[in-house]
Amino acid sequence: MPVAYFLVLSALLFSIGVYGVLARQHAVLVLLSVELMLNAANINLVAFSAMLGEAGVPGQVFALFVIAVAAAEVGVGLAIVILIYRNRRSVDIDEMSLMKW
Amino acid sequence: MSLPAYLPILFLLVLSTLFAVASIWVSSKLGPRKWTVAKLQPYESGIVPEEGVAENERFPVKFYLVAMLFIIFDIETVFLYPWAVAYEELALFGLIEMGVFVGLLVAVYVYVWKRGGLEWAE
Amino acid sequence: MGLNTPEIELLGIAPEIALVVGALFILIVDAIIGEGGNKWHLWILSTIALGVSIFLAVQAWGSNELQMGDMIAVDGFAAFVKITLAVFALLTVWLSRSYLHRDGIEESEFYGLLLFAVAGMMLMASAADLIMVFLALETFSLALYVLVGFRRTSLTGQESAMKYFLLGAFSSTFLLLGIAFVYGAIGSTQMYGSSAAGAGAQGIATALVSLPAGEFTLLVIATGLLVVGLGFKVAAVPFHMWTPDAYQGAPSPVTGFMAAATKLAGFAALIRLLDAILFPLRGDWRPLVIGIAVLTMVVGSVLAVVQEDLKRLLAYSSIAHAGFVFTGIIASNDRGVSGSLFYLATYGITVLGAFAVIAVLGGRDERRTTVDDFRGLFYESPLLAGALTLFLLSLAGVPATVGFVGKLVVFGAAVEAGYSWLVVVGVLASAVAAFFYLKVLVVMYMQERQEGAEPATSGYGGLATGVIGLAALATVALGLYWSPLIDFAERATFFFSAGG
Repeated sequence: MPVAYFLVLSALLFSIGVYGVLARQHAVLVLLSVELMLNAANINLVAFSAMLGEAGVPGQVFALFVIAVAAAEVGVGLAIVILIYRNRRSVDIDEMSLMKW
Repeated sequence: MSLPAYLPILFLLVLSTLFAVASIWVSSKLGPRKWTVAKLQPYESGIVPEEGVAENERFPVKFYLVAMLFIIFDIETVFLYPWAVAYEELALFGLIEMGVFVGLLVAVYVYVWKRGGLEWAE
Repeated sequence: MGLNTPEIELLGIAPEIALVVGALFILIVDAIIGEGGNKWHLWILSTIALGVSIFLAVQAWGSNELQMGDMIAVDGFAAFVKITLAVFALLTVWLSRSYLHRDGIEESEFYGLLLFAVAGMMLMASAADLIMVFLALETFSLALYVLVGFRRTSLTGQESAMKYFLLGAFSSTFLLLGIAFVYGAIGSTQMYGSSAAGAGAQGIATALVSLPAGEFTLLVIATGLLVVGLGFKVAAVPFHMWTPDAYQGAPSPVTGFMAAATKLAGFAALIRLLDAILFPLRGDWRPLVIGIAVLTMVVGSVLAVVQEDLKRLLAYSSIAHAGFVFTGIIASNDRGVSGSLFYLATYGITVLGAFAVIAVLGGRDERRTTVDDFRGLFYESPLLAGALTLFLLSLAGVPATVGFVGKLVVFGAAVEAGYSWLVVVGVLASAVAAFFYLKVLVVMYMQERQEGAEPATSGYGGLATGVIGLAALATVALGLYWSPLIDFAERATFFFSAGG
């Protein structure tokens, strides 16, 4: 399969992720959208890696690093979400407006 | 840089935007909005949720803590796979590197343990 | 298939290793000791770790090589940034000790995360592979997300952490996509490319030489994405939305550290990428970066004028300062690079001092951070008011302070490169900025103290005083006698090059 297919898939995933970040109010859904974007970039990496064949190993290794980083990000993100939920009983990011301008 | 060189990218951007907008629009038109009791229930792998748990806090916070620790330690195993694949070629070098890596994980584990992150009871 | 195991040379990343080991040691020792006690060992241990780190960073001075399988560049540029970062962190640790102790939230995690953050930032400075840039960026970002929300009971603190986290994670995906595109464009994520011949030895620098001119489209797009991702971290407009909120809600020592060190780390990666690696593509990235620079200077300065909260005001001022650094990057000549380094180092010291004063005056739980709270400060605490005056004047760029010298250097570099009109924009923005710094001064000196206001300075340790004194001393001394630091920055302005 041509590498372009995967690039289109990745671009679509990335756009959906961007849309999710911009349009969603629930903090966890925003976090999920960010994960979607990370994985879109990951698809790019793996697709390019496959395109390069034997020389494409660094791309796969990088993808593994991204997976690990994404997990760490989720860990920190959920911790912050729980912290806020315990205080406010809501994680709607539109309600987080103690500070403006 | 010539402008036509950017055209495929522009095309890609337009296409992806259209796809995103279209799929959101289509799903909002096609998707039936019928809410049944079963649909509104949280999905717990087919297990019916316990009754009588507090409305707002379905699980004790401890659960989330353990879940987060699990994610972190679980994902770290992805680095063991490449090592396993290239175990023969890496030989002693790989063993030492993995030793350092696992050593770091053990340090974190000791920290979590001593800070009480693994205790379930309050 | 044969594997080349990389040679392990520890000199290049020894400063980072010292910090990571120190941080783990602090966390584990404190977890074993348990609760209670004065916790004085935390800041002592952090100081030792940072001291060792500075010592090791100095050892690498003068090296010019790639280490760890071409992942790490050990050059003068990296050494300068690492030493400066460690100095920022030292001041932050001492200030934090006073601050956390007063507020009763002193915990080993604060120091551990701070050291992890510094280690990540240092890696950023010597990253010679885009994978390294991404990992370093995530290392310090993840630590900072937690540090921003360290005042766990404060609603604004939590809100800051959440906003900083979501926008920070959002921005790093753009960086990652940019890296993926670079990988697709040249088949590697290395910046320099290996000197050893053979397949896969390609790097961005070598690809720019070997590829025909028409094949850079993907690389140019990737450059744009990299600039966006790093622009978030250095708080450049239009990627600045998180800055005021994060700066306002974070504990003041953390805010000062972010303003000083995060900016330095982010700009270190940007400078290496744009001025060293992608220099041949400058015709393509310059328009983008010039647009960002103009927006950053103007928007930062103008929006700061309407701020009521001093931390928020300094947040917008830090955005404007990022714009001034960009003028040095756009010049992309030797003076521009050394000027940017000088500017970042001196701005960092000044802004750390300013936030140190705010940390002291803000009182427990940072209740007093609005500009109005500083009314008549001079009559109550002349020394602190004097120090804050000095820092604000330096941020405004008044002669005889180091801020003036910094602006002179970066603007001079931009003029030299033929960007006089950019300098005019910069000077106009500084003029607007001077207005709001003066506003704070007027409040401090010309207005009466509020009736029944609680005393401004209660219960802060000698360490905080020391930090403010050191920062004030540096601001004046470097403002009058700047040549040693400029010399240092100029001699540090060499990047790794295969030719030696």
